[in-house]
Amino acid sequence: MATKASRSAARVMMAPAVILLLGWMLVPLIMTLWFSVRTYLPLRGGDLGFAGIDNYIRFLTSSAFWPAVVATLTIVVGALLITVVFGVLLAILLDQPMWGQGIVRILVIAPFFVMPTVSGLVWKNMFLDSVNGLFAHVFKFFGATPVEWMIDKPFFSIILIVSWQWLPFATLILLTAIQSLDSEQLEAAEMDGAPPLKRFWFITIPHLSRAITVVLLIETIFLLSIFAEIFVTTAGAFGTKTLTYLIFQRVLESQNVGLGSAGGVYAIILANIVAFFLMRIVGKNLDA
Amino acid sequence: MGRITLDKVTKSFGATEVIPPLDLTIEDGEFAVFVGPSGCGKSTLLRLIAGLEDVTSGTIRIDGEDATMVPPAKRGLAMVFQSYALYPHMSVRKNIAFPLRMAKMAQDEIDRRVQGAASVLNLTDYLDRRPGQLSGGQRQRVAIGRAIVREPAAFLFDEPLSNLDAALRVGMRLEISELHKRLATTMIYVTHDQVEAMTMADKIVVLRAGHIEQVGSPLELYREPRNLFVAGFIGSPKMNFIEGAEAAKHGAHTIGIRPEHIAVSESEGAWSGRVGVSEHLGSDTFFHIHDTGLAETITVRADGEVGFRHGDRIHLTPRDDVVHKFDAKGLRIA
Amino acid sequence: MARAVTSRRKTINTALAWGVGLIIFFPILWTILTSFKTEGDAITYPPKFLFFDWTLENYSIVQDRSDYMRYLWNSVIIAGGSTLLGIIIAVPAAWSMAFVPSKRTKDILMWMLSTKMLPAVGVLYPIYLMFIKLGLLDTRIGLVIVLMLINLPIIVWMLYTYFKEIPGEILEAARMDGASLKEEILYVLTPMAIPGIASTILLNVILAWNEAFWTLNLTAAKAGPLTAFIASYSSPEGLFYAKLSAASTMAIAPILILGWFSQKQLVRGLTFGAVK
Repeated sequence: MATKASRSAARVMMAPAVILLLGWMLVPLIMTLWFSVRTYLPLRGGDLGFAGIDNYIRFLTSSAFWPAVVATLTIVVGALLITVVFGVLLAILLDQPMWGQGIVRILVIAPFFVMPTVSGLVWKNMFLDSVNGLFAHVFKFFGATPVEWMIDKPFFSIILIVSWQWLPFATLILLTAIQSLDSEQLEAAEMDGAPPLKRFWFITIPHLSRAITVVLLIETIFLLSIFAEIFVTTAGAFGTKTLTYLIFQRVLESQNVGLGSAGGVYAIILANIVAFFLMRIVGKNLDA
Repeated sequence: MGRITLDKVTKSFGATEVIPPLDLTIEDGEFAVFVGPSGCGKSTLLRLIAGLEDVTSGTIRIDGEDATMVPPAKRGLAMVFQSYALYPHMSVRKNIAFPLRMAKMAQDEIDRRVQGAASVLNLTDYLDRRPGQLSGGQRQRVAIGRAIVREPAAFLFDEPLSNLDAALRVGMRLEISELHKRLATTMIYVTHDQVEAMTMADKIVVLRAGHIEQVGSPLELYREPRNLFVAGFIGSPKMNFIEGAEAAKHGAHTIGIRPEHIAVSESEGAWSGRVGVSEHLGSDTFFHIHDTGLAETITVRADGEVGFRHGDRIHLTPRDDVVHKFDAKGLRIA
Repeated sequence: MARAVTSRRKTINTALAWGVGLIIFFPILWTILTSFKTEGDAITYPPKFLFFDWTLENYSIVQDRSDYMRYLWNSVIIAGGSTLLGIIIAVPAAWSMAFVPSKRTKDILMWMLSTKMLPAVGVLYPIYLMFIKLGLLDTRIGLVIVLMLINLPIIVWMLYTYFKEIPGEILEAARMDGASLKEEILYVLTPMAIPGIASTILLNVILAWNEAFWTLNLTAAKAGPLTAFIASYSSPEGLFYAKLSAASTMAIAPILILGWFSQKQLVRGLTFGAVK
């Protein structure tokens, strides 16, 4: 509902955002695709010519690839499970009547605002350190031998850190979703004779299913590309080299741009698969 | 000055034609009301005149000048919206002054005009409030104030009273009519309520599906509706329509007789029927008569004191001089 | 739900929720407390919770040794600059999509979001290379641009959802009142959308402040923001807990405070309107 004049004004006003994002998306993407089919070693001779799909094959067959896939999946799946399960429980708990609800909410949400480098370092040094970390102190108190968390239980450590960062996000979104549940629905179910557990299972959980899906997908996209948490803790050692980290090392540390770019293309494809499902949910909710 | 002429104006949204070719002239100083059921295109027509929508083809002239491609800001028209569309972040004073500010008018002139409008509309005490702190009627007045300060060529009203409660609506109706008499500026008023149309208009434009069904003064439309649609739309309660043998007697396919043109009697009359629901308004009573053999129901308007009961058998006599005759296509037979 | 809740149940809820809340918050609390300890107190066993010699020396040491203020200033410029630049570009775009929607509006919005899903590492080298070629490496302007671009979809999206809540009739009224497009946006839309714009700014400052991929990979000593400042504590300074804590506290405090104001907007912004 508008006039030709306002429609053409709209196009002009939209242009800067569209052009910038288009450039931001296409230029690097095309460059990555280009590099991925070249033998490109900036420190060892530069661009050494066309490589075909060699980089793609080498990336897949390198000894670091499958461990990186396993590491990525372990961290993503582990953190997802923890954040969603505890997120649902916590959201339900926070939805109950209590004293000081606002303050508790603030306490729970706080970790989300902590920058990744801080949470990585604080956890690694002050909690998980085998000599002076708080966990070590607790173990000593109970007479147990402190664990070298970062070395012996690297996945546990990183999942713990990442989950601590993302649990607030899951909780907050699920809490919002729970609060949007029409209380009359629950009251109707109560009038129909459904006991509390049944009400939870047949009304609350289905109501939350969409929010849970959204949490899963958004977290997946972010978790697939976690970087700083690993960068400042293990720096990829002890088997915690994720795909993102592996590509980062190939590109910037060993300066094998061709190989790293091929890895980058894989990462883009992987992210797009997840994004596809997320966009479908978002799109359904959008009546533009 | 505000003579508005539409010449073969059409409007389509995609493939759907909302306004088929339409010609219409609204004279300077006239109070024109566009009336019709919802979805008849009356609001679209108003928005075309305002410039908020483009015409698909045709020409709109304001005071003889082609305004078809002129943006709304430059047409010299003022509009009062259904939702009032007040600026919630501005005081009443700033709301009313906004069009003047946009016209880069001098501040003392703005103040003078805002004060003038406020006193006309009884808003002087509310000038420093925000729209959110006003009642529906007051908001309506602010919207009107914002329109009159500009001294526009014409006022456009888009169902301005539909958000008010019934009592306030009658009051505002009178105020707008009074305003029109005083300013003598062209007003175009869109409504779906035929009572508003009848009470306020100099000229009523009855629309259906984008077509103009009839243009005329309220009494012309009441006395000589051009077709069945206008006959049924104008007047309350609705005109009774009778087909078949009774209509054939008058040489018509359908005859129409208004409820106020039928006399009731306990003993004798042309038709007879059984009393159904009676609606007592005090001044008048509307009887819904069944089993007349003429139509499903015949509505009759009688004096408020007439007291038939549900189920009573009574007799009806139409006033022959005001029977409306229509042919098979629904058009009036002169 | 105006129903009486037994105070027993409420007490249990309260205890449970506060317990969980404190556990989750504890690492932050512990960091803040440790920042006021001496290095000795910070690693002593058994750990000292509140009864230690409170000191501010860590803060001054951190400032002296690593020039905290410069990193802070970089963070402020990068987070604030990228957000403001993003808002300036996004307001007109969001206006177009909210008030002059077309058949393609939805596709454009979805496409914009999809650019947000592009994994950064996939385009790391091209960006790195362009930064070198354009002399943007380790400059604040370079990071302002990159962070503006990665957050632009969220900014457009959030503004769009806020603008959608403003009735179009009010903008039409402004048009009838003789306002030009610029005046309509400046005097009517923007003031009405102030709460939404403020929320958008808040959330995006937080996201930009905490961004730790591009800020780590595209900066060195000159333009590094606080994320990079903290990363420099990886080792061996990280073993000085009190100083690490002081540095961390200073890095997260501003955003923690901002973040608490933006809880509601967080949900809307981060789920792209899919959960409200």
